[in-house]
Amino acid sequence: MSFMPVILWSDALVFLLISAISTGAFYVRKREHLLLPWKRVARSSVALVSMLVLSVFLIVGLLDTLHYRVALPQSSNGEKVYSPEVLSAFDKLVGPLRTHTEKTYSAPFALHLYAKESMTDAQGNVVREYPRLQYGGAHLADESGRDADVLKRALVGMLAGSLVGVMLAWLLRRRYKQPALTVTLVVLAALIGAIINLSAVYHVLGTDKVGQDVLYLSLKSIRTGLIIGTLTTLVTLPLALFLGVAAGYFRGWVDDVIQYIYTVLSSIPSVLLIAAAVLMMQVTIDTHPEWFDTSAARADMRLVALCLILGLTSWTGLCRLLRGETLKLREMEYIQAAQAFGVSSMRILSRHIMPNVMHIILIALVMDFSALVLAEAVLSYVGVGVDPSMISFGTMINGARLEMGREPVVWWSLASAFVFMLVLVLAANLFADAVRDAFDPRLNRTEGSV
Amino acid sequence: MTLLKVDGLVTRLRGGAAIVDDISFQISAGETFALLGESGCGKSMTALSLLRLLPDGVENSSGTMVLGETALHALAEREMQEVRGGRMAMIFQEPGLSLNPVMTVGEQIAEVLSLHKNLKGEAATARSIELLTQVGISDAVRRVNEYPFQLSGGIKQRVMIAMSLAGGPKLLIADEPTTALDVTIQAQVLQLLRETQQQSGMAMLLITHDLGVVAENAHRVGVMYAGQIVEQATREKLFSKPLHPYTQKLFSALPDARRSGHPLAAIPGSVPMLGSISTGCRFAPRCDRAWDMCHEKTPEWHVVEDCGVRCHLYQDAGYQILEADIPYMHSPDKKLNLETRILSPLLQVDDLRVHFPIRKGLLQRVVGQVKAVDGVSLAIAQGRTLALVGESGCGKTTLGKALLRLVQATSGSARFADRELIGASEERASMQMVFQDPFASLNPKMRVAEILEEGMSALKIGSDSAARQALLDELLDKVGLERDSKWRYPHEFSGGQRQRIAIARALAVSPQLLICDEPTSALDVSVQAQILNLLKSLQEELGLSYLFITHNLAVVEYLAHEVCVMYLGRIVERGTTQEVMRSPKHPYTQALLSAVPRIDGAGREYVRLEGELPSPANPPQGCHFAPRCQNVMPVCVKIFPEMNAVETRSHTVCCHLYPTDFIPDLD
Repeated sequence: MSFMPVILWSDALVFLLISAISTGAFYVRKREHLLLPWKRVARSSVALVSMLVLSVFLIVGLLDTLHYRVALPQSSNGEKVYSPEVLSAFDKLVGPLRTHTEKTYSAPFALHLYAKESMTDAQGNVVREYPRLQYGGAHLADESGRDADVLKRALVGMLAGSLVGVMLAWLLRRRYKQPALTVTLVVLAALIGAIINLSAVYHVLGTDKVGQDVLYLSLKSIRTGLIIGTLTTLVTLPLALFLGVAAGYFRGWVDDVIQYIYTVLSSIPSVLLIAAAVLMMQVTIDTHPEWFDTSAARADMRLVALCLILGLTSWTGLCRLLRGETLKLREMEYIQAAQAFGVSSMRILSRHIMPNVMHIILIALVMDFSALVLAEAVLSYVGVGVDPSMISFGTMINGARLEMGREPVVWWSLASAFVFMLVLVLAANLFADAVRDAFDPRLNRTEGSV
Repeated sequence: MTLLKVDGLVTRLRGGAAIVDDISFQISAGETFALLGESGCGKSMTALSLLRLLPDGVENSSGTMVLGETALHALAEREMQEVRGGRMAMIFQEPGLSLNPVMTVGEQIAEVLSLHKNLKGEAATARSIELLTQVGISDAVRRVNEYPFQLSGGIKQRVMIAMSLAGGPKLLIADEPTTALDVTIQAQVLQLLRETQQQSGMAMLLITHDLGVVAENAHRVGVMYAGQIVEQATREKLFSKPLHPYTQKLFSALPDARRSGHPLAAIPGSVPMLGSISTGCRFAPRCDRAWDMCHEKTPEWHVVEDCGVRCHLYQDAGYQILEADIPYMHSPDKKLNLETRILSPLLQVDDLRVHFPIRKGLLQRVVGQVKAVDGVSLAIAQGRTLALVGESGCGKTTLGKALLRLVQATSGSARFADRELIGASEERASMQMVFQDPFASLNPKMRVAEILEEGMSALKIGSDSAARQALLDELLDKVGLERDSKWRYPHEFSGGQRQRIAIARALAVSPQLLICDEPTSALDVSVQAQILNLLKSLQEELGLSYLFITHNLAVVEYLAHEVCVMYLGRIVERGTTQEVMRSPKHPYTQALLSAVPRIDGAGREYVRLEGELPSPANPPQGCHFAPRCQNVMPVCVKIFPEMNAVETRSHTVCCHLYPTDFIPDLD
């Protein structure tokens, strides 16, 4: 084998999450009453459109999760030696985007670097001039033909993309009869087609300080954002669920203790708490380099630890919500009927209470997702977020801090991080709204009885 | 003079089924028109259509509504706002939810006054006080500055009425105005409505499901079924000679002492889903007189004498009024089984107390006790039904829960088949409970089979899963449900079917005693009859004993062998049903019985009960009932009376009117 699959900690957890979600989906599929709210979600065009946008992000993130190491040509003692660089299926797919690095900044679609260099011209004079880029628009012999070339490539890409989009829409025509969905699908496909076609020869979003393609960085950041947004819930969920439900059901001293814990925890400024925990974790990781065989593994460990820390500090809101709901549920007559049979408390919690708070959990999780993606950006900006070597929206923004002070200003790094995050969080928020509407029992619904 | 004329009103879901389908009626000034029907018949939607306050997704698609000279259906929203609260006002069902909790009573009334009467400041306050006095609130000057949480349910409903009167309405719409109230309070509110109507001469649209309320208050009645008015007549006509088979069935489904030997004439099935019946008569599937035409052709509106009816039976001009097959009309007044021999009790409760501590302050010190149940003694024999009657808040549900050990009893003893229950942790199978609300008592996320099996597995009944499944099938047969229904979820069943499931769940562990906590109060009359019949046949079949907790005295007369009347945590009167219902001794029992609206409208002496149930945290000195009692004597406010037998050994009462030395000749 010319490569070795690598499963980082975060990958393993993502796979765990995916299997949990698919088991859940399988369970729900068989049960009509659980399926009903999801059918309502599927009827909302906002939900479908935002889900489509989200799924593009998800696909990128998932491809970026399949990690491997390439085998090197040399071998030691008959055993293969693998490159210390951990790549992902996404890196392989976008190939040139990753490898085509320039010297330093260049603007979107630029043919020249953003900084002057000394070079010798044809006459042998040394002049300070903006040099041509090594890759960006390198195929153009005539610089004046750039605009026409960009337009042509964009049009070809859009055409091919929209063809694929129309085909997909045709395949899905039976399942979803939403014109909004079809339009979004075609537009999105056209946009992606144009970007793919252009990015082969141009830096569509420019390059950063060390010449890396900003489009590549933005796409790589997606995985980090998604992981923070989802894995953190793996930590918050059991804590919030168990403690919240226990506090609400048992009342008395159990309630007191749990309430004290979360009131104290939520009165500590969360950034302070997170910063302290992250710095401690960083020292531990730095003093034990022998734990990790690649730098990617080390950065990944930091990411997982960050999720853990964020999770440990952010379960209080959901816990409080679940406690309140359980307080209401424990007075329900079916709980009393179970108590009259002498059913044990643990069984009442797992069979009667937990299934009936699931809609709250779901709503809270989908809503929290976008907050966590934004939190990562803030924390990385402050310097207590992910490893500096890890590509994320936060590190991109952090890097852009200095660029904003330059004259002329380097705006594209910040702008693309901003746009990508905006689209991701907006799609997540819209989807969360649709899910909340579909699951919220208090909303007055008349369609059910038609 | 016709005040409101509604013609061909149709209200439907946007692009969907009609909720209110072609309704026409008229109300004259000074008249009360009652819309009578089961839940889901479109009564409230009719009212909301009149006020043009329909919820989202529901629209008024055709028909005319004319109030006086104004065509309501054609008014612009701005003009409609002046009509609402002004010429037309509404009282809602739940007084607790229809008052704004952060505004004082006076402010809420003043709001209406400033909108419709242009009264502000001092003048508005003065008028508010006047209105509150008018609706019988004593101490109106103080009440006007109080917030809704400081008022009891009855007072809140009075405030609501005062608010609706503030605009000087020509038409008052009362949507189930007394359903959430106790019988004694209901009697007060109904009387208030009658009096106000007489004074102001306004018209009233009374929406209710209670035949008794209709009998007391209405002049004319429209019976609604599945969105249509199926019969319209004056009250006298309707109650003496109901025409439509549905109305006839409604009357015969009412529980009553005279029917206690027979099963009730329950209407099979339940009200059809909206829009599920498009052709033919909507009542046809549940009607035992239906023939082919009923399923094929929608019946026309026939006028028979000056009553209208929507039924094929009356289509010929040469009609003959069908003699209603109402058992109580011609069945002889059957002698009740008057056996009073003392059976060995299955459950013997002695001096049971449940007190809840009131804690206050930083250290949560106990500063008082809420005496929810305060020294109750009772006994139930095998195969008998004991009814526990009382207003809400008197502690009857707490007593039931204490027996099941869902709440901790403070002291006293309860012996079940000679085993002490209080403090014991086992013995759960022998007693089970059927709850009030069939929608809250079944876990919506569990299938019927899982719900029924839960008790069996918790109490280790049935050796394995297969044996339990066989037991489940038997149970479902017993309660009259299909065997297939065990694979379905509770939301697929109607209220009556859910209550059957709840009964099956309790029976799953073969108890000897069922505690039924208002099992029919959330159900419609026709469905209530089905459940009562089921309970009765189960008692005969399995020899079950019931502790029947209820406030519905008609059900008590029909079902119970013995009755205990509870007031503020104590039993004030006890005896056989016959004794307590026919010759009540305690003034409270007398007041309670007289407050129940009767459908026969027979002249009864109305004992008006002032005020409301005092707080059990701070019960009155001496006899608890003394502050509301008409026959109060000096001794009553000092000493709590002993339990004394009157007339027969089984009939005991707790009142100074029947002194200890008043011992009837026993044996």
